[in-house]
Amino acid sequence: MEQYSSKVMEHFAHPHNVGEIENADGVGTVGNPVCGDVMRLYIKVDNNTITDAKFKTFGCGAAIATSSMVTDLVKGKTIDDALKISNAAVAEALGGLPKVKMHCSVLAEEALKSALDDYYKKKGIPSPVKMPAETGHEHEGE
Amino acid sequence: MRKVYLDHAATTPAHPKVVEAMMPFFTAKFGNPSNLHDVGREAKNAVEEARSKTAALIGSKPEEIFFTSSGTESNNFAIKGLAQANSQKGKHIIVSQVEHFSVLHPVKTLEKAGFAVTAVPPSREGLVDPAHISKAITKETVLVSVMHANNEIGTIQPIAEIGKITREKGILFHTDAVASVGWIPVDVQALGVDALSLSGHQFYGPKGAAALYVRKGVRIKPQIEGGVQEDGRRGGTENVPAIVGLGKAAEIAAADMGNRAASLTPLRDRLLAGLKQRVPDMFLNGHPERRLPHNVNVSFLYVEGESMLLFLNMEGIYVSSGSACTSRSLKSSHVLSCIGTDAAAANGTLLMTLGTGTSAEDVDYVLEKLPPIVERLRSMSPLYEDVVKSRKKT
Ligand code: FES
Repeated sequence: MEQYSSKVMEHFAHPHNVGEIENADGVGTVGNPVCGDVMRLYIKVDNNTITDAKFKTFGCGAAIATSSMVTDLVKGKTIDDALKISNAAVAEALGGLPKVKMHCSVLAEEALKSALDDYYKKKGIPSPVKMPAETGHEHEGE
Repeated sequence: MRKVYLDHAATTPAHPKVVEAMMPFFTAKFGNPSNLHDVGREAKNAVEEARSKTAALIGSKPEEIFFTSSGTESNNFAIKGLAQANSQKGKHIIVSQVEHFSVLHPVKTLEKAGFAVTAVPPSREGLVDPAHISKAITKETVLVSVMHANNEIGTIQPIAEIGKITREKGILFHTDAVASVGWIPVDVQALGVDALSLSGHQFYGPKGAAALYVRKGVRIKPQIEGGVQEDGRRGGTENVPAIVGLGKAAEIAAADMGNRAASLTPLRDRLLAGLKQRVPDMFLNGHPERRLPHNVNVSFLYVEGESMLLFLNMEGIYVSSGSACTSRSLKSSHVLSCIGTDAAAANGTLLMTLGTGTSAEDVDYVLEKLPPIVERLRSMSPLYEDVVKSRKKT
């Protein structure tokens, strides 16, 4: 397997924003159909701006690092800007991911979108969130 | 920082005496065993001495040992070579589902070439029931292959009992003993096998030298052709230094055999008992007693294996994982899934294999470092959060 970048290892060893938010404005839990891992993301929203984000992840080093990074990236962003964060942007902010681990960053994007979707639903606003396409979910042989 | 290597099932370091024995064969004694002159003969003699030592370790005759490059090659050679050379008897092969891919994939290839295959499922402990093998046998069955001990979960199979059945029916029987040779006594007569694979780097020999035992009189089709080496069964100039190293490793293992299981078993049990005491929600994979003396395979619920592996690595502890995330294919171990370990638990699996250099202090160091890692990862696991919440409710 390819090695992780030092940035990935930094976020894995000392992840930011681990935990839960009591009475969060949006919670998203997504599972990875490829490897079976699970990510849960909590957001707090004030005035259309994400003021806090926390996560819990059952997954590999890349899954934990992308969780840490995506929560860093969304904090202080407006909902609309947060919706534009892609898995590629998360991976890039981490100095790249090994090819077989790109799907872990998809998990981060999906968790964020799912939390935003939940936010809209809780507010009773029709949700503009489109879940990302199944990119990176390559099924290889043994 | 202490360094604790607990991945001996992946590979072992070569024993210093093995390296010492090998060195002259790179330089002063560089000859090609196929040459008749003195330089060639010196190399030839060394290869034959290694053959005798390897044979002695498993109770075979020297001429029944064929050197190969790896356990994978030995398994490919055995499966394809035996099936192809004896297909006039029938075209049905029986294997267990927990075999290594170097057995399962050649079997798949044969299936595409017209062989029928029965893959017998193991029990929850990973044991293959000889009665199931017996039941699977048809008039067409030409070959049975069941591994001696499983490389992941350490379960030791009832090979001698299966050997009795195959012998009675006149069916060829191969066992992949790559995980067991050098660690527990292996005797081809007692096991009743016709072919057996072993690999040097699995027991303190060098990488690049392995062997296939083939009982005298059993026909096997060469898979590497175009050379007269190894009695025409396996072409290619011999890897003389590595073969010499394998012979030395076999000699050392034979002399040390009583010792190995006796000193490793208590350490293995100390590690397992210590983990059970310190970490809730974990279980052992494989058979509790019928297992390799150096194998601990445990699943920690609600945490993922690669994360554990990476944190352990930071503490100087080197292990393997059965997790989907650590494998290139992102599938969890086929062995764990066949024995019924569910996918999430398989993802939280660590394989720790001790070695002759592992000390009680090493085990205690792991017992000090691993539980907090599991605890930390659980504290950030959504699966654990759900469990804790549902436990509070009830
Ligand atoms: S989340 Fe399983 S491989 Fe990354």
